[in-house]
Amino acid sequence: MEFNANEIRDLKKRAAQLRSNLIDMVPPGKVGHLGGSSSIMDVVAALYFKVMNVFEDPRDPRRDRLVFSKGHAVLAQYAAFVELGYVEREALKYVKTLGCTLQGHPDMDQTPGIEAVTGSLGQGLSICLGMALGFRLDQKASRVYCIVGDGEQAEGQIWEAAVAAAAYKADNLCTVIDVNGVQATDSVDRVLANPDLYQKWEAFGWHTIEIDGHDMNQILAAFAQAEATKGKPTAILARTVKGKGFAFAEGKAAYHNAAMNEDEYAQAREMVKKMMEEV
Amino acid sequence: MGTGNMRMAYGRALLELGRTNNQIVVLEADLGKSTMSNIFEGEFPERYFQMGIAEANMISVAAGLALTGHVAFANSFAVFVSGRPYDQIRSSVAIPHLNVKICGSSAGLSDFGDGKTHQSVDDIAIMRVLPNMKVFSPADAVETAKVVMAMAEIPGPCYIRLNRNDLPDVTDPGEPFEYRNAKTLRDGKDIVIYATGYMVYQALEAAKTLEADGISAKVINVATIKPFDAEGARAAAVGMKAAFSVEEASIYGGLGSAVCETLCSGPDESRIPVGVIGIRDTFGTCAQSYEELLKCYHLMPEDIVAKVKDML
Repeated sequence: MEFNANEIRDLKKRAAQLRSNLIDMVPPGKVGHLGGSSSIMDVVAALYFKVMNVFEDPRDPRRDRLVFSKGHAVLAQYAAFVELGYVEREALKYVKTLGCTLQGHPDMDQTPGIEAVTGSLGQGLSICLGMALGFRLDQKASRVYCIVGDGEQAEGQIWEAAVAAAAYKADNLCTVIDVNGVQATDSVDRVLANPDLYQKWEAFGWHTIEIDGHDMNQILAAFAQAEATKGKPTAILARTVKGKGFAFAEGKAAYHNAAMNEDEYAQAREMVKKMMEEV
Repeated sequence: MGTGNMRMAYGRALLELGRTNNQIVVLEADLGKSTMSNIFEGEFPERYFQMGIAEANMISVAAGLALTGHVAFANSFAVFVSGRPYDQIRSSVAIPHLNVKICGSSAGLSDFGDGKTHQSVDDIAIMRVLPNMKVFSPADAVETAKVVMAMAEIPGPCYIRLNRNDLPDVTDPGEPFEYRNAKTLRDGKDIVIYATGYMVYQALEAAKTLEADGISAKVINVATIKPFDAEGARAAAVGMKAAFSVEEASIYGGLGSAVCETLCSGPDESRIPVGVIGIRDTFGTCAQSYEELLKCYHLMPEDIVAKVKDML
């Protein structure tokens, strides 16, 4: 499937802007989940600025829902919220400070646009299934999107939700597994090998798609396929690079939740600038 | 007074709620024939979600349903719906204060035959410690129905613990359930007994014996364990020689703790000694009857009488 070149360019630009917003949140010396937020950023740009029904009012009942089950990567959502006008750009400076709008993990009470409380891993997909069942019950057209980590695949509850979503034929539910290959302390393979994710999701009864999670055409095509799939939920295995866009951090567990030094921050700024120019 | 079954009362209350409120949904973890949630299923299959033997998923799915405007009742045995999905209750439900109503059925020692894995000694404590959670423990089937109806109206997460067995009625069907307010069922002037669940009946029986022995006992039914009726509890303690708490649960973290925390921090006149009666830091065990088990765990009226006399 080919998409309009202008549209793709616009989304790439959005993704670059979101990565710029991301580093605004973690200036030198400030610890943040850089790696897992940047790996999913292209998917997030596609969802908020093309795929999902979003409205000026973040509580508009017609909206689609996006939940980060890998709640630690919520900085990616905050980056988008600024562009959507849900939070002030100024708020980026105060991430994870006392009394701030943008908490360390998703907090419905504090942040407009956050749809559920996550952060304790493994729970988001179940919450999304509940939303999907709720919408179906009320005959509402809203779709539900869930971002799950690849390290998070070790949580048993993910697979409880996978069984239940397939049993309930929740075709208004789509999960993206951010397969960046690296978790908090090491590569996923070395922490606890969990191979054949494609076969696993397929065997659990999901329509399963594997894509390059940084290729905007593939991302949009996968979501279009998910929406067209009836009778089963869709799992998109997005092959990504942890820390994508920030060369010094790419593929490194050390940047799962870390602070950049002055030099790295300057590099990151340069890289973001280049991304914008290239688009 | 007659007898009733809390589980049956629960199932019928769910059905009644379903008939008056189309946002009520019910989730079950394959114990619907025991929790009696299947009564609801019979009439509202589309609003009944069988989640299989996967309690963690069930609780978070309930959270998702609540996030789309539904009032979600999630059921299982008390052990399996409190301890096992504790973190799901904490994170998915309690932090965002969602309308998820958790029913811990066959609570305490009431599932006498199934032994320690199936008997909940800790559910009150672990639900009580959660911010935003309200904890209910009705005294009989009559009160159970009223509490369930109230839970649907009270905003945010609630937990209710229910007994498995047929039990005598102790509350007045004509009186409304008052959220939070502990209710005096028998007046007395020497001691006050705060009891919850089936232990309210046991305390009332104990009070009769004590009366005959010249000790006048006030018996208070604490159906709302959290938020605890601190004001009522303190008022009832004024002028008494001692206070007692009785619960079919661990002596740690439950009603006894609530009573102690309340009386010790109140004004001087209500600061009286407290005898905490409950399960003494041990798990359950199998027995051939409920009564046999209650005897074994010293939760019979005569045990309450002995404890009172011992303290006085």
